[in-house]
Amino acid sequence: MILVFGEIRDGQLKKASLEALSTARRVGETSGLKVGAVIVGSLTEETKESFQRCGADIIYCLSHPLLGSYSSSGYSNALAQLVTEENPEALLLAATAMGRDLAPRLAARLRVGLASDCVRLELKEGVFEAVRPIFAGKAFLTVQASSSPFLATLRPNVFPVVEKASSSLEVEERKVDLDEDMVKERVEEIVRGEQEELDITEAEIVISGGRGMKGAENFQLLRELSALLPQSAIGASRSAVDAGWIDHQHQVGQTGKTVSPTLYMAFGISGAIQHLAGMSSSKYIVAVNKDPEAPIFKVADFGVVGDLFEVIPHLKEELKKFKS
Amino acid sequence: MNIFVFVKRVPDTESKIRINPTSTNIVFDGLNYILNPYDEYAVEEALRIKESQGGQVTVFSVGPDEAQAILKKCLAMGADEAVLIKDESEELYDGWRTARIIVAALQQHYPGFDLLLFGKQAVGDDNSQVPAMVAEMLGLPQVNVVTKLEIQGSQGVAYREIEGAHEKVVFSLPAVISAQKGLNEPRYETLRGIMAAKRRQIPVLTLEQLGLTEEEIKPKVAVVKVEAPPPRKAGQVIDEEITEAVKKLVAFLHEEAKVI
Repeated sequence: MILVFGEIRDGQLKKASLEALSTARRVGETSGLKVGAVIVGSLTEETKESFQRCGADIIYCLSHPLLGSYSSSGYSNALAQLVTEENPEALLLAATAMGRDLAPRLAARLRVGLASDCVRLELKEGVFEAVRPIFAGKAFLTVQASSSPFLATLRPNVFPVVEKASSSLEVEERKVDLDEDMVKERVEEIVRGEQEELDITEAEIVISGGRGMKGAENFQLLRELSALLPQSAIGASRSAVDAGWIDHQHQVGQTGKTVSPTLYMAFGISGAIQHLAGMSSSKYIVAVNKDPEAPIFKVADFGVVGDLFEVIPHLKEELKKFKS
Repeated sequence: MNIFVFVKRVPDTESKIRINPTSTNIVFDGLNYILNPYDEYAVEEALRIKESQGGQVTVFSVGPDEAQAILKKCLAMGADEAVLIKDESEELYDGWRTARIIVAALQQHYPGFDLLLFGKQAVGDDNSQVPAMVAEMLGLPQVNVVTKLEIQGSQGVAYREIEGAHEKVVFSLPAVISAQKGLNEPRYETLRGIMAAKRRQIPVLTLEQLGLTEEEIKPKVAVVKVEAPPPRKAGQVIDEEITEAVKKLVAFLHEEAKVI
């Protein structure tokens, strides 16, 4: 069996977990491996349907009163118990904030290795093989597990969600054996900013600004553009973040986040090597820059040489026209 | 408060990475090395806690002799002690190995501490594994990707970055914390600090002293290949009147990228 951790945030199953489940189905099929999903807490009808649509054969629901909110040690303990009972060939998690926190703790508990933040996964003659970026994408490693089960986190927005329902679906409730000193940290509260914002790692479209934005106030232009483009989020280069124009959560590049959206739009970003590393795996790249020699044009599918302060207002108008 | 910080020597983020065709690794010759940027936030946070609450800051690095340079930088920033855990192996991209080495050193030689601080990941291996693995091996609480940390007596509150929000996490000391950019603004070394650090002898622990055999710390994830990223071809670059250029851009978004 290939087991997939289903991450629930605000009562909703993360799309990245369905990407992992679809991947498990794809690689499992060739070797006749079943696909199991595991969640902590109770199963909603909606989550159950999502799992079924993407091909889960069985869903395990782990429950314990101490697991009401996320805890790295509590969750890893619970998952380790299931792994010990069910002996899966592999366990996949989405490389989200939760997955990246939980997986290495679980790996240490199970005394196995971990392939972090994978962008490809195959099962070849019984051996799991994954590809993962290093140096934020300046190079790629192909890795194989030398321990079992194979444990990996999969980068969000890279693997497709494939709907391929399983013929039957079982649901099993499992009580977890825990006491208070096994739950060593506890999320007391989730603190949100004033605006509900989509994270750049999860967005379909990332609209980024760099030094050419000239000031914090001008990021409003990007937000206005974002309002016209569905599933978009605001990114930034390191120089824009270091200048204090926008929070670090938005930074794309080697000391920020690596993103793989369908469309990456770079406004006033010259394209330093650290930045290119963080966005070169985007499906399409659009760049707007005054300098025709800017390195960003070397990776852009579509470049406009021009002043972003002229281009954005025009672009907004054209998008509005296009919509109507 | 006895604070340990774990730092790594990494290639400068400006480095071009080349592939070594005869091995399963990159070319290390000619790279310029720095203190891992995320580790700087960890060192700074340790110094701030020490300054407000008293205590001692010890910095550790697992790596070759050359890692003494980053340990000296930490001493120059204000750390009290530094220890090199000497590991001459090439980068193996395996968090398990490093975590095992750190845990052995702590258990055998440095058992008393209140806080273990790390950077949230090393730029390079990009694994984000070692802090959580060390926490599990030592049975400690962990909070990763922290942008704000408050310690009061034996209790801690940390805010960790998640998608579009922060989690407020409560825990007891001793604990493992990994630092994210935004936690603080790291200080520069003082000239006096740099001069004093130059003269310091850094104690060295070897893997033999820790009784670790290669078998015990063999990587649990084996690298079978390393490749350059698929090259991206430059597409069309429009350098004409803005109104026309934008019309073509919208057509591109619709017909090619299919996002509108």
